[in-house]
Parts: sequence; structure tokens; C-alpha cells
Amino acid sequence: MTSIGTGYDLSNSVFSPDGRNFQVEYAVKAVENGGTAIGIRCKDGVVLAVEKIITSKLLKPGANKRIATVDRHVGIVSAGLVPDGRHFVSRARDEASSWRGVYKGPIPVSALSNRLGSYVQAYTLYSSVRPFGVTAIVGGWDSEAELAVDGQVGTGPNAGSGGKVEGAKAGGPGLYMIEPSGLYWGYYGAATGKGRQAAKAELEKLDLGSENLSLLDAVKEAARIIYVAHEDSKDKEFELEMSWISSLDGPTKGRHEEVPKELLEEAEKAAKRALEGEDEEEDEGTKSNEGERMQE
Amino acid sequence: MNHFPELWGRPRDDVYGPYNSSYLKSTGPKTHTQSPAVTGTSVVAVKFNGGVAIAADNLASYGSLSRFTDVKRLRVFGESAVVGFSGDVSDMQYIDRLLESIDIRENYSTHGNLLNAKNLHTYLSKVFYKRRSDFNPLWNHILVAGFDGDKKPFLSSADLLGTTYSGPHLATGFGAHLAVPILRRLFPEEKPIEEITKEDAVSALRECLKVLWYRDARSLDKYSIAIITEDGVELNEDQKLEEQSWAFAESIKGYGAQVV
Repeated sequence: MTSIGTGYDLSNSVFSPDGRNFQVEYAVKAVENGGTAIGIRCKDGVVLAVEKIITSKLLKPGANKRIATVDRHVGIVSAGLVPDGRHFVSRARDEASSWRGVYKGPIPVSALSNRLGSYVQAYTLYSSVRPFGVTAIVGGWDSEAELAVDGQVGTGPNAGSGGKVEGAKAGGPGLYMIEPSGLYWGYYGAATGKGRQAAKAELEKLDLGSENLSLLDAVKEAARIIYVAHEDSKDKEFELEMSWISSLDGPTKGRHEEVPKELLEEAEKAAKRALEGEDEEEDEGTKSNEGERMQE
Repeated sequence: MNHFPELWGRPRDDVYGPYNSSYLKSTGPKTHTQSPAVTGTSVVAVKFNGGVAIAADNLASYGSLSRFTDVKRLRVFGESAVVGFSGDVSDMQYIDRLLESIDIRENYSTHGNLLNAKNLHTYLSKVFYKRRSDFNPLWNHILVAGFDGDKKPFLSSADLLGTTYSGPHLATGFGAHLAVPILRRLFPEEKPIEEITKEDAVSALRECLKVLWYRDARSLDKYSIAIITEDGVELNEDQKLEEQSWAFAESIKGYGAQVV
């Protein structure tokens, strides 16, 4: 690494002469070692999935969840240092709750991501702190229905417009990825962690921009992508953890929930089958190649 | 115009006489939190075989003015608990937001929200007691309906002082005087709850609300009713009292311009 020995990587908030902040880049390295995490945004919901590497056989299966709920309608999954991820989620929950305190309603996913982005960025500015060792994927659903204000007791006047705009559309899915630098973008499909390259390649194949993929299919694709991304670190055991948020008329009614066990198992089975199918194809391919070679 | 800006724009003392500010209390503790402003009247609830039914009308009164007529005083908490509020409506909104934040926080645990009606009642009674001990009471009397830890129907009351009690049927406010005698007649102590059906409970509540509508001047004929069973909460918020009969009014003497 060119940064080592130059002295510009010793403190946060110090630029190198060519305009880089090395502490932030090291934080990105920490993320690149974490288990793969992905998010898929569809028209009718969002799916989050993570490859949870089993670090010890003594850990209880299914415990120590890596995807967390914020308010009711947002889920956060992160790759990198797990405790940093926990703190990040805790901040997100505080932000969501303080939003409710002011606006008496759920925080929009875009606003939450914005606040979290600012929070993470602040940790790149001071020499007394280190940047976050996580890249987090924030997925959620902003209610498309007109929500009651928290604590609202009545329905208001039943004549007149009441300040409402006819036919105005609101709500929908949101998916954002926040990096250690504080940079965040909205995505159709987001991937981070060790297998992000493979995962991104798979996500690009899905053509998410056209919004043709249904939420249920996205669950299956997400499971498959995590299995594909795991191919490179096959020596390690892992658990697949998945959660989803659907529209109000979908299976989770706008709430962030774990994907039900049956569906998760079904998706996992399909993912394994898809992988095995690929392997066979490859085997067949190599065999025919050998045949060709023998003919030569 | 003089050189005292604090006097500008005020009625001149030499024209109108000095302002009498004696009615403005300038010392002593804050007291406006010690009486309710916009209030809801009775809540009535009955346990039946396999659940609890709870009802309240949709009125919020401002003193004797019938101020808001579409007020939802039954608030659902979690999967199978309902809180019925009488008393101050803004304090009810405060408690509702408090419960909302608790529900959200409970869902953060891997097991989801496991708080049942009994836990909720214990918590709320302690909130009430803390606030009355601070001389800043939440001016409500509530009924909490749902299930306890053993999945048995649960019904309990808590008031602004933190006092609690429970029973197979309860009512707050005027209902404590007018509805409870009816419920005691319909469901005497000897009759086990297992013999009371959901329909019995619901029709009893309707009967109570009707009597309250007849005799409680701060009540309304539009009401909400919630039925809590193992399957969840069934909440109807725009019911109307049917089959009213005001014939009894003929026999009431001694009011207004009547000549007895």
C-alpha cells in the first residue's frame, strides 16, 4: 500500500497530498472482509439478505440476528465490524424515534438514510474517532396510504378538501447503501461485503430498473445470490438470513419482518438447486472440451 | 410618543386608568395540569368465554359542549390488547404515543412484542402513580382488556391516582353508576364466565351504552366496540345505537317549564 510510511494514514481528518483520507479507505477494507449483504428493491417491496458466517460451532443456530428492524417499516443489514453495525442500528432507531417525536409519524426511508449518512460522515472528520467499519444497506417501505398522525383521535372534517391534493401519489419502496465515508446512494440492487463483486454481477442480470421482478421472486433471487457469492469462501459455514418489507396490500403490510421459515427454506433449496445445476453444466462443458482436445 | 417603548401601543393609563392585573395569578405553582379540559365519558367492558368485549362512545366534550363527535377512545396495543380511555383526551393522546413507542421498541427484540394486557396494565398504573406523585397527573381512568400470561381473559382498571382493581365486568365514569348495576343483574356473581357468550357480552354492552346515552348528558349515540379473542382484535369504530326508546322520558318530572 502506497499509504504506509507516508504518515498520512495515522489520523482521521488528515488528507494525503493526493486528496485521500486513508483511515476511511482502511475502514472500507474492514467491510470487504465481512459476510456478503445484499438488498433488492422491487415495485412491491424490498428484500434484505446476508451471508452470516458461522464463527463457532458453539453458537446457537438462528440466534444473533444480523438484520435489524428500525421503527416498523425499515430494515438495516450491514457488512463489516458487527459491533459498529449494532451501534449504527442503534443510532438509526434513535433517529426514527426522534422523527416521530417531532412529526408524529414514521420517518421516510430517504430521510433516515440522509441522517445516517451525515452521522457516518461526521466520523471521518475528527482525529478523536475512527470511521465506521461497516457499509450498511437500509431498506424500507414508505406507506402509500394516508397515515393517521400518532395519537390522532378523530378523522377530521368530512367536507372540503382538508388541504389534500387530489390524486397525489406517495410512498413506495426505498433502498439505500451507506459507506464508511458517509457516501450514500439509492439503489435498485445493492451489495456489500466479501462477495459483493459476484453479487453485483448477479444483481445486474436481474434488470431491476424495469421493476418487473416481483417481491416473491426477489426473495428467491436474493437467496440464490447469497449462495453464489459464498462460492469464493466455501470453506466457511454460513447461515442465510433474510427479511422483507412489502407494500400495505402485500404479505408484510408495510412492516419489516423476517422472511417466514417455509419461504426461506424453499428459497434456500431453490438456490442450492440452481448452484448444482450450474456446476453440472460446467462439468459437462469441461468434459466436452476434453473430448475435443482428445480428438485433436 | 414618549421615550418608554414598553408603554407604546398600550392603553394609556391617563385615559383608561391603570390596568387591573389582579386576576392574573403571578405567583404559586402551575395548576392548569390539575384539571381536565377536553374529556371522554364512560368506558364499559365485559369478560366472556374466551375473550373480553369493551366499548366506549365517540364523543370528546369540552366542558358541557359536545365538541368532537368522531373520537376513537379505544386504542389497540400489540396483537391482543385494547385500552379504553375516559377522562382527558390530550392525556390519552400522550399515553397513546407512549404505548406506540413501547410497541416499536418491543418489536426490536428477536421475539417480537410479547407484552400482554396484564403487563400493559401494570405499566400504565405505575405511570399514573408516578405522575400523580409529581402533582402532574394524567387525567384518565382506563380499562385494559386482553389476555394475561396464562392466556386467560384479562380486564382491569387504572385511574389517575394509580389505583387499580379488576373484575369480570367494569365501567369508568358515569358508567360506574349506571352500567355496572345492569351488568351485575345480567351477569350475577354465581354465573361463571364460561357461560357468557360473546353475543351476550356484546348485547349487554350495547344495552349499557344505550342507558348511558339516555341519562349521561356528556355521552353520544355513536360508539366504538372492540372484541378481543384468541384470534385477535375486532374493532368497529362507527357504530350507532339502535332501537332507542325515549318513552321513559314522559314520566320524568321536575325539569324546565313543566308544570308538575
